[in-house]
Amino acid sequence: MDAVAFARLQFAFTVGFHILWPTLTIGLAWFVTCLSALWWRTGKPVYRQLMRFWMRIFALGFGMGVVTGIVLSYEIGTNWAGFSRSASNVLGPLFLYETLTAFFLEAGFIGIMLFGEGRVSKGAHVFASLMVSVGALFSATWIIAANSWMQTPAGAVADADGIFHVVNWWDVVFTASFPYRLAHMVCASFLTVSFVVAGVSAFHLWRGRQVKASRTAFSMALWMALVLAPTQIALGDLHGRNTLEHQPIKLAAMEGLWETTKGPAMTLIAWPDMAAQKNLYALDIPHLASLYLTHSWDGEVEGLKAVPPADQPNVPVVFFAFRIMAGIGMVLLGTAMTGLVLRLRHRLFETRWFLGLAMATTPLGFIAVIAGWTVTEAGRQPWVIYGQLRTADAVAPVSAGAVGASLIGFFLLYNVLMLTFLWFAGRAAIAGPTDLPMPVETHPGLDGTNMSGRATLPPAPNAPALPGAPHAAGA
Amino acid sequence: MIAFLTAHIALVFAALAVFCVVVYVLADGLDLGVGILFLAAPRDADRDVMMASIEPVWDGNETWLVAGGTLLLAAFPAGYYILLPAFYLPIVTMLFALILRGVAFGFRLQATRFRFVWDLAFAGGSILAALCQGLILGGLIDGVPVADGMFAGGPFSFLSLLGLLCGIGLIGGYALIGAGWLILKTEGRTQIFAREIAHAALILVAVMMLVVSGWSALTVPEVAARWFSLPNIVLLAPVPLVTLAVIVALWRGIWTGGEKRTFALALVLFALGLIGLVVSLWPYVVPRAVTVWDGLADPQSLTFISFGLAVVLPVVLAYQAHAYWVFRGKTLTEHGAYDAPDGAARPESLS
Repeated sequence: MDAVAFARLQFAFTVGFHILWPTLTIGLAWFVTCLSALWWRTGKPVYRQLMRFWMRIFALGFGMGVVTGIVLSYEIGTNWAGFSRSASNVLGPLFLYETLTAFFLEAGFIGIMLFGEGRVSKGAHVFASLMVSVGALFSATWIIAANSWMQTPAGAVADADGIFHVVNWWDVVFTASFPYRLAHMVCASFLTVSFVVAGVSAFHLWRGRQVKASRTAFSMALWMALVLAPTQIALGDLHGRNTLEHQPIKLAAMEGLWETTKGPAMTLIAWPDMAAQKNLYALDIPHLASLYLTHSWDGEVEGLKAVPPADQPNVPVVFFAFRIMAGIGMVLLGTAMTGLVLRLRHRLFETRWFLGLAMATTPLGFIAVIAGWTVTEAGRQPWVIYGQLRTADAVAPVSAGAVGASLIGFFLLYNVLMLTFLWFAGRAAIAGPTDLPMPVETHPGLDGTNMSGRATLPPAPNAPALPGAPHAAGA
Repeated sequence: MIAFLTAHIALVFAALAVFCVVVYVLADGLDLGVGILFLAAPRDADRDVMMASIEPVWDGNETWLVAGGTLLLAAFPAGYYILLPAFYLPIVTMLFALILRGVAFGFRLQATRFRFVWDLAFAGGSILAALCQGLILGGLIDGVPVADGMFAGGPFSFLSLLGLLCGIGLIGGYALIGAGWLILKTEGRTQIFAREIAHAALILVAVMMLVVSGWSALTVPEVAARWFSLPNIVLLAPVPLVTLAVIVALWRGIWTGGEKRTFALALVLFALGLIGLVVSLWPYVVPRAVTVWDGLADPQSLTFISFGLAVVLPVVLAYQAHAYWVFRGKTLTEHGAYDAPDGAARPESLS
């Protein structure tokens, strides 16, 4: 393999690993903020219990997001010097604004959110959590603006050396695909988190532990899912039609459509054969793609063959990733609707098969997000800036050996990180939203210091007694 | 004012970049330093306090590293796309190290068994990150091979004896800042440990500052010319003299001075070292290849980020200071006072 292939593999792996954590933490930050606000306004201990529980998981995910994100901000230079040389005037300011408005906002308030509950008032804790949540949204906004510019570049012109110069900043930020991509991603994060919360709560309901708190969280999560699942499908449809207009070849790869066709069929499943430039074993539904893409019976849709094979993306990757994402969307919608039916029949919390189903949906959102980003990033190839700069011309003058070695390093390190995260987050999730200190063994320190109860914060000495807090319950 | 800034826009952004580096080195220096000293602390209870003292602020500190990188990309792109490939291996290794120590914060808190693994990850990650930063620093002083506006060396061309010396010096320097921070934030036996280790760190950093200065003056003619030509030698003389005075003041005050003194003086010492570095490298973004004027981004890009920097940077500094203020005073660990007699139960006030 050459340096380009290694660099692509490494970036795909590190960025794909990173996106898991923003997906978890954008939605979870808002959930924690919401719980903190409910605890502040209602004073019901169940909200504090849930807030502290989900904050533990959030903290682990946030740390993973920070450390894997720093990697990306440097990888664009270390591995993609050609790209950063070409696009720095355009993307540099966007990344800098992300740091200024998002990372610093999160960093400034994360300490108070996670460790300050006893030190600041309840209202101040809501505010700190809100700032972290807003910071996470800002971060998504800037980075998706940058990504959308790479997909549908506007507002800048390239000179003879291939260096882009900005003509209009408004056009750079608000490119044709930006609003759709942003809405689709933010909704994906909230939807994913809804099913994470539902899945973990279902586990506790299934076991019959912490029933009160788990019912509250389960109910909240399924209401969210009921609103978000159809919204996400509608947003996906709009995003797809936007892609049809601005990146027709990517859309043709998603649909597996080779010939430019009037009233194209929807290809349910097939094997797109790039060598033969056609689908094998295709199962088609006539005119359906025309209906949802052009909203007409005989609309014309451009096929992959409109460009030479060298300018086509890897069709099977895009084609199957799209089907995975859309399929998961349907499963999540079905789960949310089933929840509604059971709720109307007052059997939401007792139906064991549904609790099992909810548990099974926990990882699906993440898989859909990875698949969705695969569609949009692999579908942009062979371009790194669509129609302007080829990926092959974007790499850095770094030896294939160095990139390969670091790729192996990232692969090993990230797998260890993932296992460790799953171990600790899984343990916290299994312990559940209990208000008792997490079951921690006495830790024999060098001097035998008793470490029990270190997983929970003691309230500050002057804090009012909190209902349900361990010291009050034990009194 | 605006006209002056526009006329000297390269200087303004160079100053900003230096500011970001200074803030990063000083802020992350204190938590890297705590990490470097982590395994040297005698008791597990000390390690609990040490980690708790930086827990609320480390993320904000490390964000300045991202700020430095993105500012370089936005304001001096040539620095970004030439230097980052040039220092590929030390940068990637530093990122690995920062990942290890970053996740150790969350995981050590949750761990019951195998906590020593996270102790090791935290301390090892901190030491490795400092070493890599030293290697990058040494490589910068030595110069970077450039051809046709791109990096033109191999994966190991960053490697130099000077870099290794810088790395050891940085480990000592961060350890000194960390020790100063611990004197400020802890009490009892942890504080005594911090005061003791501060001496060792100070000796290390003072010796390495001398060796690095001497070695780069001997081996890099451009650096020698900058410092030892007239009238520079007279104008720049205060830098080493003040540095010497600060080292003496630090040595004398570790036990007897106020609790803030070691920390404050360690920050001053580091700032002086960075001033020395800027003097040696000025006016280059990529040493002896691209100057700040040649490496500057488009004016329309600089104008766009100027608004953000002018409005947001003061706000950022204000609420980062606020975060330090909220967690001011001596650090309390979650299991109570760390100075309790060995094996004692949790103190009354917390149970």
